Amino acid sequence: MIGSSVLTACGSDGGGKVTLNWYINPDAQETVDKIAKNCSTDDYSIAVQLLPNNATEQRTQLARRLAAKDSSTDLMNLDPIFVPEFASAGWLEPFVDDLSSQALGEDVLAGAAATATWDGQVVVVPQWSNTQVLWYRKSLAEAAGLDMSKPVTWKQIIDGAADNGGKVGVQGNKYEGYVVWINSMIMGAGGNIVTDTEAGRDAKIEIDSDAGRDAATIIKQLADSKAAQADLSVSNEGTSLAGLLESKANPGPGSFNVNWTFVYKNQVDAEANGDLVKGATKDLGWARWPATVEGEESRPPIGGIQVGVGAYSKHTEMAQEAALCVTNSDAQEALAVEAGLFPSRGSVYESKALTDAFPEDLLALFRESIDAAGPRPQSPYYSQISSAVQSVWHPPSSVEPDKTPEESAKFLSDVLAGKRLL
Amino acid sequence: MSTYVAPRVDQSDRTVAENKLGRLLVAPAIILMLIVTAFPMLRALWLSVYDYSLTAPDDRSFVGLRNYTTALTDSLFWSTTLNTVFIMVVTVAVELVIGFIFAMVMHRIIFARGVIRTSILIPYGIITVVSGFAWQFAFSNNNGFVNDWLPLVGADFNWFGQYGSAMAAIMVSEIWKTTPFMSLLLLAGLAQVSEDMIEAAKVDGASWWQRLWKVILPNMRSAIMVAVLFRALDAYRIFDNIFVMTAGAQGTESVSFLTYRQVIEQFQLGMGSALSVLLFLSVLVVAFVIVKVFRVDLAAARREG
Repeated sequence: MIGSSVLTACGSDGGGKVTLNWYINPDAQETVDKIAKNCSTDDYSIAVQLLPNNATEQRTQLARRLAAKDSSTDLMNLDPIFVPEFASAGWLEPFVDDLSSQALGEDVLAGAAATATWDGQVVVVPQWSNTQVLWYRKSLAEAAGLDMSKPVTWKQIIDGAADNGGKVGVQGNKYEGYVVWINSMIMGAGGNIVTDTEAGRDAKIEIDSDAGRDAATIIKQLADSKAAQADLSVSNEGTSLAGLLESKANPGPGSFNVNWTFVYKNQVDAEANGDLVKGATKDLGWARWPATVEGEESRPPIGGIQVGVGAYSKHTEMAQEAALCVTNSDAQEALAVEAGLFPSRGSVYESKALTDAFPEDLLALFRESIDAAGPRPQSPYYSQISSAVQSVWHPPSSVEPDKTPEESAKFLSDVLAGKRLL
Repeated sequence: MSTYVAPRVDQSDRTVAENKLGRLLVAPAIILMLIVTAFPMLRALWLSVYDYSLTAPDDRSFVGLRNYTTALTDSLFWSTTLNTVFIMVVTVAVELVIGFIFAMVMHRIIFARGVIRTSILIPYGIITVVSGFAWQFAFSNNNGFVNDWLPLVGADFNWFGQYGSAMAAIMVSEIWKTTPFMSLLLLAGLAQVSEDMIEAAKVDGASWWQRLWKVILPNMRSAIMVAVLFRALDAYRIFDNIFVMTAGAQGTESVSFLTYRQVIEQFQLGMGSALSVLLFLSVLVVAFVIVKVFRVDLAAARREG
C-alpha cells in the first residue's frame, strides 16, 4: 500500500503525472490553492504544502529539508531576506537564459527585483511585495501644519506629533521589525549597514557612518520625545497602530505610523467591526515613508514573497515553469484583490480589478515605494547581522548617535569573524 | 551486588561459555547504542573545530579550538551559565523541600490513598511545553490570574518585562512540573526506612523533629542523592519553559537555549557544536560535584555511627 502510493507520487518515469510540492507560508491560502490549480498542467499537478506561521520556523523547516537534499521540495515561498542564505548554500535552482528574463522582466519593480538575484543569477521569482508607507491621521498632520503632498522628514513628523499631543508609531521591539526601521533610515541617508555582502563573512561594515549617526539621531529624538509611544521598546506592527485613528479606547489626537500595506484593509475592517468610531477611516492619510535627511529620497522597507525552486528537486524544469506561472500577472492580480498582497509587477497595478478595489493614489504610492525600496543587506549571514544590530541598538532609549553606530560596527565585525557569540 | 563477579580461579568452562554467550547477546544493543549516541557525539566534536555555517557550506574552514576560546571568553556564555546554575540551585532546593513534604503525605496517607497519590503526580504527566504555556497565561497581565490573586502586585504588572520576575515565572513553572518526580524518588527512599527504627526512636522518647533528622533523613540519604542528582542534571538542561515563556528575552537564556539559537536560528553548526560539547562537559562537572559532595557526607555519617 505505502509502496504503491509513493510510486504514484513520484512516478514520472512510469508515464504518470508528476506532483510538484509547493511549500507556502500560510497567507492567502484559498487564493494560493486556486493559483496552484490553474497552473497545474497535463504533465504535473502542484500540491500546496503549508509551512508554520512564524517566519523563523518557515526558514528553519525549509533549511532542514534542503540541507538534507530533500528531493520533494520542488517549489518554495521565501521571504526576500532568506534568499541569499538559501542561494549561497546552493539550495536554489537558478533561472538561466530565457527563464531569467521571464522571471525578472522590466515589468518587475526595482525594489522587488533587487532581492531576487544572487551572484549575478536570478534565483527566485517575486510573487508579491510588501512595503511600508507613512500612515497618518489627516487632522493631526493638519494641526502640525505639515504639507503631506510633499515628502516629509522624520524630524518634522516627530516634532509635529509632539507639539500636538500626537504620537509616532514605529516598531521598536527587539526583533526583525526594528532592523527594518533602522535599515531604511540608514539607506534613506545614503548609507548601508553592510556592503559587499557577497563576500560573506568579509562583508564591509558601514553602519559606523554619517548615515548610521543620522538614523541614531532620529531614534534618540523619538525616544526622548513626547511623541514616543509608551511601549516603544516592545512595540510591533500591531501594537503601534493603537491610536492611529479615532476609537473609544483612543480618543486622542492620533498618530503617524510607519507600517506595511495591510494597514488600509485592517483599518477599514476595524471601522466596520466597530473598533473605531464611525467615519474614522475618512481621516486616514498615506504618504511616502519619511525621509531621513531633508531633500534626500526615502528608501522604504521591502518584504513579500518570492518563489524559488529547490536544487534537489527531480523535476527542476517543470518546477521552474510552474514557478513562472504562479507568479504571473494573473496570479499577482488575484493575490492583490482577494488577499491584499500587492504585486511585484508594475503593470498589474493598472488592472481594473485593482483600481476598483483600492484608492488609486494608494496603489500609486505602493508601486512607487516598492520601486524605490531599500532592501535589507543581502547576505548569507543576514540573520547574524540582524541579531547583532538588534542587540546593540535595543532598547531605542539607549541609542546615542556618537556611540551606538560605532559600537555596533565593532560588535558586527566581531560576530562575523566568529569572535563573539550572539 | 549485581556487579559481583566470581573470582577468576573458579571459572569453569561453563561460566566462560556463559559469559561469551552473554557478550554475544548484548552486542547488538551495544552496537545500536554506539550508532545512536556515540556517532552524534563524535560528529559534534568534529564539527566543533570548524567554522561551518549551514548556509555557506563552501566557506567551511578548520579553526581548531577557536570556537571554544570564543565561547569561553565571551561574557554571554558565562552569563547564561550563571543563569542556568541559578535556576538549577533554586529549583532543586525548592523541589527538595516540597517534594519531601509530598513524599511524606503520599507515604503516610491513610484515606483516599490512590486519588491523592495520583493527583500529586499529575503535573509530571503534563508535557513541559504545555505547562510552560499554561503558566505563561497564568502570569500574563492581560488574561492571567496571578496578578489578581497576589496582594501588592498591580493588575497590569508585566511578569516577563524584567529579569527577576521573568525568572520567577520560569522557575515556578519548572518547579510545578518536576516536583512530583522528586517526590516519587523520595517516596521510594521513605519506603526503605524501617518502621522498627522509627518505633525504637519513639520508645526512646525522640520527638517528631528528632526522628525526622536523626532517623528518617540519614537512612534515606542515598535516595536523596539520587533525586538531587537526577533533578540537578535535568534542571541544568532547562530549555522548554524559557523557550515558551520569554524566548530568552530579559537575560533569561540558559546554556541549552544559547546552543539552540546558534544551531537552529543562526545555522552556525561549528559554534553550536562547540557549545553543546561545553554543555555536555558542564553536565559532567555538575554530576561529579554532586556525587563528591554527597560522598563526603556519607563518609561523615559513617564515622558518626
